[in-house]
Amino acid sequence: MAETDAFMQFLLRMGDNTLILGHRVSEWCGHAPVLEEDIALANTALDLIGQTQMWLGLAAEVQGEGRTADDLAFRRDVWDFRNVLLVEMPNGDFGQTLMRQFLFDAWHSILLNRLQSSTDTRVAAIAEKALKEVTYHLERSGDTVIGLGDGTEESHQRMQAALDYLWPYVGEMFASDAVDVAMVDTGIAPDPASLHSAYDQLTGRILSEATLTVPDTSFAHKGGRDGRMHTEHLGHLLTQMQWLPRAYPDAVW
Amino acid sequence: MYAQMVKSTGQGVTPRDEMTPEERAFQDRIDRGDKIEPKDWMPEGYRQTLIRQIGQHAHSEIVGQLPEGNWITRAPTLERKAILLAKVQDEAGHGLYLYCAAETLGVSRDELTEMLLDGRMKYSSIFNYPTLNWADIGAVGWLVDGAAIMNQVPLQRTSYGPYARAMVRICKEESFHQRQGYDAIRKMAEGTPEQRRMAQDALNRFWYPSLMMFGPSDKESIHSAQSMAWKIKINTNDELRQKFVDQTVPQAEYLGLTVPDPDLKWNEDRGQFDFSEPDWSEFFEVIKGNGPCNTDRMAARNKAWDDGKWVREGLLAHGEKKRTRAKARQVAAE
Repeated sequence: MAETDAFMQFLLRMGDNTLILGHRVSEWCGHAPVLEEDIALANTALDLIGQTQMWLGLAAEVQGEGRTADDLAFRRDVWDFRNVLLVEMPNGDFGQTLMRQFLFDAWHSILLNRLQSSTDTRVAAIAEKALKEVTYHLERSGDTVIGLGDGTEESHQRMQAALDYLWPYVGEMFASDAVDVAMVDTGIAPDPASLHSAYDQLTGRILSEATLTVPDTSFAHKGGRDGRMHTEHLGHLLTQMQWLPRAYPDAVW
Repeated sequence: MYAQMVKSTGQGVTPRDEMTPEERAFQDRIDRGDKIEPKDWMPEGYRQTLIRQIGQHAHSEIVGQLPEGNWITRAPTLERKAILLAKVQDEAGHGLYLYCAAETLGVSRDELTEMLLDGRMKYSSIFNYPTLNWADIGAVGWLVDGAAIMNQVPLQRTSYGPYARAMVRICKEESFHQRQGYDAIRKMAEGTPEQRRMAQDALNRFWYPSLMMFGPSDKESIHSAQSMAWKIKINTNDELRQKFVDQTVPQAEYLGLTVPDPDLKWNEDRGQFDFSEPDWSEFFEVIKGNGPCNTDRMAARNKAWDDGKWVREGLLAHGEKKRTRAKARQVAAE
């Protein structure tokens, strides 16, 4: 795989994760269980959209075809998206949203921490900035998972159901392919598999404090980060997100 | 203005010679420009009027998330999405400071929320209008936040300290909101024919509802007279509406958009615009619950509250468990 192609794919993976999750979280606006959560969800979505601007901005620059971050966000179809399936899963109840956030934040923080020493200084700079935000996201989603897991009977059951539902989407974050090999060879990014034990330790600690049981399965749904097979959910998300620029392609907003 | 038709005591302003000594001393402090603080003595009517006014303002910020949230998932660029998210997050933050200001008067946020959800308290009529195209998001910032600022800037000098201080912070953010709204609608007005059409359509639908935000004329209102004597209302509704029109019409002209009022014209003698009043019968219908979105807005807020019950209970239960465990550890250590 040509180095530029691999780098571009890597950047799309980073930017599409934050774009799709940021979009999902923003769907909560005005509907959260308590005012502080409305503020925190909007803040998280805002951080993720900001990170998207950086990752997709760099992807467009690396691609060198004169496109912009907006072109990449709003003018690609499902098969060209490279986010993991986890982030496109529907919000469900508040518990499912926060469990998805926690499972992603834990991986995101470990990866960004490693990316700070990327051989590509632009990647290292984005990672450094994003990590500050993501450290807070993880603190909040982790605390909420603990609070609701170890809360009432009902909140415990809902959080366990969320974990059971989402756990099969965790494994994809640690899958490796030719893109990852090229990133390791150039020193741009670590092998995803190398993040797995730190992830298990971190999530194990929080989920145990939350009195939740990690499902006894290593089965992983895959197909997002290589675009082979997204879930049915992504198409609906893009329909809403991309409608305006696609309906009025000549407009500047 | 996010508070409309706030009822005061309904008694009118008490003549000075009929005031109790405490009331007279209180009024003297107000007249001197002193700030009243939570622990100071205050007439019950002052406290209740402020609770209604601050509560209505806070509720407006909360319900106001909905018409803008309606477009967050459809914002046409990453930057517009980020700006809109930041703005809606600010609105929720304003709600939070205002509820805190109201709490200093002895009412809890949960009590105020219950009163909103069961319809005992109101929020601004403007949020019962729908946002139908992307230019509406510009129009909300430009016109709705613009109208809100007209009222909120003078309220930075209001007599109740916590309210005045909340308003200082809110005004800084609102003026940023208004600028971004104007910038968004300017892009539309200068854009393709379809974008221009959206911008004009937004102005057509939001013009009169924005004028209604100031409330009906209150020259004769005993409620407003009392609120003005207490400096919790600084200007009459008509003064603020006129100021808003005078500021906004040249901005619309600059955009090349037409204000939907055939009788709008500059009055040389007054040095102000003459303009048509909004349809006040429509306003009273909206206040009664018959606006285009009242039912949906309240259903959305009630659903958020009801669906969130298990979350609030779960987090409270966890907090309680943590406290119990900490106490047990302390006992064991001793």
